[in-house]
Amino acid sequence: MENNITEFDYKSEYTTLNLGPTHPATHGIFQNILTMDGEIIVDTEQTCGYIHRAFEKIAEHRPFYQITPLTDRLNYCSSPINNMGWHMTVEKLLGVDMPKRVDYMRIIIMELARIADHLICNSVIGVDVGALTGFTYVFQWREKIYDIFEEVCGARLTTNIGRIGGMERDFSPACIKKIREFLQEFPKILREFTKLLERNRIFMDRTVGVGAISTERALKYGLTGPNLRATGLDYDVRVMSPYSSYNDFDFVIPVGINGDTYDRFMVRQQEMWESHKIITQALENLPEGKFFAEVPEFYLPPKEEVYNKMEALIWHFKIVMGEADVPVGEVYHSVEGGNGELGFYLVSDGGRAAYRLHFRRPSFIYYQAYPEMIKGSTLSDAIVTMSSMNVIAGELDA
Amino acid sequence: MNDVNNAYLLKELQEEFMDAIHSVEEPYGMLTIELDRVQILPLLNFLYQHPVIQMQFLTDLCGLHFPDNKGKELSVVYHLHSFTKNIRLRIKCYMPIEAPQINSITSVYEASNWQERETYDFFGIEFVGHPNLKRILNVDEMDYFPMRKEYPLEDQTRTDKDDKYFGR
Repeated sequence: MENNITEFDYKSEYTTLNLGPTHPATHGIFQNILTMDGEIIVDTEQTCGYIHRAFEKIAEHRPFYQITPLTDRLNYCSSPINNMGWHMTVEKLLGVDMPKRVDYMRIIIMELARIADHLICNSVIGVDVGALTGFTYVFQWREKIYDIFEEVCGARLTTNIGRIGGMERDFSPACIKKIREFLQEFPKILREFTKLLERNRIFMDRTVGVGAISTERALKYGLTGPNLRATGLDYDVRVMSPYSSYNDFDFVIPVGINGDTYDRFMVRQQEMWESHKIITQALENLPEGKFFAEVPEFYLPPKEEVYNKMEALIWHFKIVMGEADVPVGEVYHSVEGGNGELGFYLVSDGGRAAYRLHFRRPSFIYYQAYPEMIKGSTLSDAIVTMSSMNVIAGELDA
Repeated sequence: MNDVNNAYLLKELQEEFMDAIHSVEEPYGMLTIELDRVQILPLLNFLYQHPVIQMQFLTDLCGLHFPDNKGKELSVVYHLHSFTKNIRLRIKCYMPIEAPQINSITSVYEASNWQERETYDFFGIEFVGHPNLKRILNVDEMDYFPMRKEYPLEDQTRTDKDDKYFGR
C-alpha cells in the first residue's frame, strides 16, 4: 500500500482551484474554477448569478420612476450614470428635450461619478499588486465626491439622483462650493497618486503585458469602455452618439496600445483628467434656466404647490400611482458608463410599466473575455487582470 | 460617413434578403427589421463582411415574450452597431413557443455566448449550435423560464399570506 504513492504520476495532474465565490481578492461575488498546472492557469470556468436580483422582471411591474433605484444597484460604483441613463431613455421614449441647464448639471454629476468609479478601480489595481497606500489615500477623495452627491440628492452610494424630466432640485450654493473645492484640490491628489504608481518599477513589472487582449478579439467579445480603449480603439458613446450636450465640450478620448493591465490603468488615469476638464467647462458655462423640463406627467411638482393647487395635486397623485400615459414604442439608449456602453432597451406597450426592459450591462458582456485573457498566466496575474477589468458584481448579475 | 444611412442599409439588405425581411420600421431613428429566423446567420455574416457597412459589433441580444401573438410568441432582438459608419440596426426574429429554436450566432460574435445563455435562461429560447447552452444567472435546477409572461410577480394586494412572517 505504501508503495502506491511513488507510482503516482504527478506530472499529468492538474489542480483544480476554486477562486471565489467569496474571495477577498476578487472584490465581489465571482466564482472561477481554475484548472492549474502548478502556478500556471490552464483553463477556467466562470459561474455567475450569485447576486442575481431579477431586475428585469421587477421592472415589468413597476412604474417608470420606481426603476431608477434598481439601476443604482447595477454598477454601484457609479450609480448616477446609471440613473441618468435611465432617465434619458424614458425621456427619449416620451420625446422630451431637456433645458441646457439640466444637461450640464447631469454632465457634472456623471463625470464626478466617472472619477469616483475610476478612482476605485485604479486604486484597487494598486491594492492587488501590494500598494495599499494609494487606495487609502484616494478613497478620501471618493468620499468628497459622495459628499457632493449627498448635497444634491441626499444619498451617497445608491443615489437615485435626478428625475425623469430633469433634476430633483437645483445645485445649492453649498454644492457649487463643494464642486469648486473638489476641482481645485483634486489635481494635486491625482498627481500624487500618479506618482505613486505610474512609473513605479514594481507596479510596471506586475502590470505591463499582463492580461493583454488585441482589438480584434476585444471587439468579438463585445468589450466597451476603458477596456476597449486600452486596446487602441477610440470608441466612446459620449462622442459616437452624443447625449446630454456632450458635444458642447472639449475633451480627448485617451487610448492605449497593448490592451494590457497597465494600459487599462493608464486609460482610466487619463480619463479622470478628461472628466476633470469636462466638469470645469460645465461649471464655468453652467447656463441659467430651469433645472427641469415641462413634463408634468412625470416630473413631480413642488410640494407647496401640491398642497395648495388642485392641478399640481392631481399630477402628484397620478405620478405616484404610476398612472401617467406613455407612448407605445421601443427605444434603445446608451450612455458611457464607468465600464463601457451601458444600454437600456425599453419596450413600452403604453401601460404603466415597461413591457420589457433589458439592460445592456458592459461587465456581463466583457467578463466573457476573462478566461482568454488569463490563460497561461499565473494566479497572481489573474487577480490583477480581474481588478483592472473592473468587473462589478452588481452589473454582472443584474 | 454620411453615405451610409438607414435607407442605404435597408437597400443593401433588401437586395440580398428580399424574401426574409417581413417588416421594416424606424422607431426613434433606429432601423428595425423583422427577419425570418432561419436567415439570421447569413444576414449577420453578410453585414459583418460588407465592405462599406462593416457592421462588426454586437451591442445587445435579448429575448421577448408576447403570449397573445399566436405562432410568434417568442422573439430574439439583436442590436448591431457599425463603428466605422456609426450606424445601428435592430433585428427581430420571431418564433412559436412550441418550437423555440434559432441558430446561435456565437460563430460570428463570441460576445453573444453569455447573452444567448441568458436569453435561454429566462425565455427558454434554444440556440442551435451554441457551445454551452445552460442556465447562467438562475440555478441549474430551475424547471421553468421566469421572464415569460405567465409568471407574474407577486401581487402586492394578496392577502393569503400570514402577515406575521413578513413584518406586516
